[in-house]
Amino acid sequence: MWNFPLVPPTASEEGVGISLLYWTITGLAVVFGSIVLFGVIYLAVRYRADNNAVDRSNAVDSDLRVELAWTLVPLVLALIMFGWAAKLYADIYAPREGYYEVFVIGKQWMWHCQHPNGVRENNVLTLPAGRLVKATIISQDVIHAFSIPAFRVKRDAVPGRYNAMYFTPTKPGEYHLLCTEYCGTKHSEMIGKVVVLPEKEFQAWLEKGGQGLATATTSMGGGAAAGGGTLTLAQQGEQTFKALGCNACHMNPNSAVKVPDITKTWGSDIMLEDGRVVKGDEAYIRESILNPGAKIHKGYQNLMPPYQGQVSEEQLVQLIAYIQSLADSSTGGN
Amino acid sequence: MATATYTGTEKPNYLNWKTSVASWLLTYDHKRIAILYLVSISIFFLLGGLAAAFIRLELATPQGDLLTSDVYNKMFTTHGVIMIFLFLIPSIPAVFGNFLLPLMIGARDVAFPRLNLLSWYFFMAGALLVLIALFRGGIDTGWTFYTPYSSSFAKGEVSLAIVGVFLAGFASIFTGINFLVTIHKMRAPGMTWFRLPLFVWAMYATSLIQVLGTPVVAITLLLVAVERTFRIGIFDPNLGGDPILYQHLFWFYSHPAVYIMILPAMGVISEVLSAFSKRRVFGYHFVAFSSLAIAIIGFLVWGHHMFSTGQSMYAGIVFSFLTWIVAIPSAIKIFNWMATIWKGRVHWDTPMLYALGFMGLFVIGGLTGLHLAAMATNVHLTDTYFVVAHFHYVMVGGAIMGYLAALHFWWPKMTGRMYPEGWGKLAAMLVFVGFNLTFFPQFLLGYMGMPRRYHSYAEEWAVLNVLSTAGSSVLGFGYLLPVIYLTWSLKYGKVVTERNPWGARGLEWELVDPVPDPHNFERIPIVTRPAYDYAHPEEPTGFVPKPRPVVVGGKDG
Repeated sequence: MWNFPLVPPTASEEGVGISLLYWTITGLAVVFGSIVLFGVIYLAVRYRADNNAVDRSNAVDSDLRVELAWTLVPLVLALIMFGWAAKLYADIYAPREGYYEVFVIGKQWMWHCQHPNGVRENNVLTLPAGRLVKATIISQDVIHAFSIPAFRVKRDAVPGRYNAMYFTPTKPGEYHLLCTEYCGTKHSEMIGKVVVLPEKEFQAWLEKGGQGLATATTSMGGGAAAGGGTLTLAQQGEQTFKALGCNACHMNPNSAVKVPDITKTWGSDIMLEDGRVVKGDEAYIRESILNPGAKIHKGYQNLMPPYQGQVSEEQLVQLIAYIQSLADSSTGGN
Repeated sequence: MATATYTGTEKPNYLNWKTSVASWLLTYDHKRIAILYLVSISIFFLLGGLAAAFIRLELATPQGDLLTSDVYNKMFTTHGVIMIFLFLIPSIPAVFGNFLLPLMIGARDVAFPRLNLLSWYFFMAGALLVLIALFRGGIDTGWTFYTPYSSSFAKGEVSLAIVGVFLAGFASIFTGINFLVTIHKMRAPGMTWFRLPLFVWAMYATSLIQVLGTPVVAITLLLVAVERTFRIGIFDPNLGGDPILYQHLFWFYSHPAVYIMILPAMGVISEVLSAFSKRRVFGYHFVAFSSLAIAIIGFLVWGHHMFSTGQSMYAGIVFSFLTWIVAIPSAIKIFNWMATIWKGRVHWDTPMLYALGFMGLFVIGGLTGLHLAAMATNVHLTDTYFVVAHFHYVMVGGAIMGYLAALHFWWPKMTGRMYPEGWGKLAAMLVFVGFNLTFFPQFLLGYMGMPRRYHSYAEEWAVLNVLSTAGSSVLGFGYLLPVIYLTWSLKYGKVVTERNPWGARGLEWELVDPVPDPHNFERIPIVTRPAYDYAHPEEPTGFVPKPRPVVVGGKDG
């Protein structure tokens, strides 16, 4: 009851800058707000009707100079704040290099997180301190939003599209993980925690297959056990690839069907039949699995059956990791 | 209503010249239609407030213990849908716009009186459908009806509620068209554009938004109903649709809709501040054009509701830029209002207290909008209680304070009775204190990350939530008081016998009977002075011309 902080913890590099921006705007707001609030009270009291001791002469009712002053000063300050905020925004949403990637799938009403080495977590996301993290986020049903207030970041989990965000956790500890986009009955129970571990402990945790450290259910709620086998995400993807029969045509040198070389898909520019060029990224691979006819590789025919409704979001993430790993190994690593 | 039935000995007014129920339900009189709206939206306000009371009671403890999750979700949906579509959007335009616009510009009525009545029927039909949907189990989509939740997942009478909102939207469009044409075509001789009261400028800007924006949301919501009923893929990705498209279309209207709520209140504040400072509104042209600037730029900022959704970053940057720009005209208004009080003769009557309260709350609401205009802080704060606090400061602190200022200021003109001043002042102060106690803690909760629309929440947020709930009981009491004493005053309030109890300027005070004549003016007035000419108390703003003498047997003229 008596534990009521008035500010959230700040546990990411990006969060430091965003907090500074927050308090700067708050400072400006306090200055302008005070001018108006105290100004109005002062004027309304000083010029009250029964006070005849004040000077009311020369009460002009317009003046271009003051109009310009109270237009231009706020305008200049606004433009500075705008630019600063846009820069910080780009830091968390624009593509960056050299990250540790996690996939996050939102569904009514839980968060499912997948690490590249195959470790899976529900309603818990364990991360290393001091490393840039890329979270690739998608929803399986309605729109959710993946929010970590201590990092000052959030991103909507939208069905049908991968959204990415970047952040660098700095302080080891446990933080709220929240759904902030209303998603139905148990919206307020779609919560969990982010556990930040020092780099060494995190590596040890990963190697143990995500066992041991982040299993306790805490006051923050949520907290399902971490799990996962001995396979990496890409290896799980390879299994899925075979299980779905993709290998009958793709990655089959004896295939009777002429198919694009998926070892070259990831990260390349793909020429389409209609002349457009698209990037071979998560969104393209996802769409090409679910609805292959949407973007046809130049020189190929639309022979593949659509997999809409037959592949889960988890499997799609695995398949993407697999296809990514093919490109990485063929080009000698990332 | 209040005054006694017309007996033939006193001059009839718009309230008592006909008294049958049909004379009210089939009236073309803009003033009577205003009263019809006033009665209807007051009922909706109380219903919406009741839902808010349940929300705050549930949030008094961190556990979800008073209501089930589903009932809680229905409560905030009910609160939002009723307050936005059935109270705030019609509030000042449909009540005070209808009542005052023709009086202020020296016209007998609005341009299309029948359309005006039709608008009320559309509104009531829409409201009825919404209420049926709510009472037949309710809906839990939130007032935003986000897809694909609303179109493919939510249970309940979502489509019925949507059709209700659709119909109410037409009421809004009709009102907007009516006001635009009225302002263009029916100003009295001498009532030039720059002699118009600033309330009329604000209504003009509001009407533009109503006419241009409402059709978009109406069609968009209908598409949700179509997707829900016929499973035609528009917004649901599983059907081949795009959920972000819905948000673009929805906010294209619903952001400007915020200005439908706040611009009329700003118009009221210009009138009230000037009347109770006995001074011309400072920088008239700047205040007038800032309304238009808000209406126009306000159409280009909708994407700031979507910074975290995955819309293009470059689109987001443009939206953020324009959002910072749209803050400037509001700042211009605030500073000009301050300069209006400067060197005035300030009377601290109830309408003025509400106007000053508006300044205080709107400034806080506007300045916290900057945190949300800034892209990086927006990402942290969006969909938290910070946003809830911000838009309540603007839409309740701003729009409802303006509405209450208007209600008290024009109450004697509308009813012929004065409200009790002491109770009025007490209520104004309770509302101000209760409002801040309710919503200020929510800024702190939002910065800490407490999401909106949460039925239960973390323990460490409990103290601020208790404060907020305590404040809401003060606020609720503050809102109930006017309902009680204004109703009381209809029968027991002091009868107003003079045209201009406030000593205000403007045709509605100077040339219109204490309670207006059914036809407003005996003859169309001629306007000779600018608005708010308090500097020349001896010069009336206009006059009603004497009838031309009829020369019997001679040639006319």
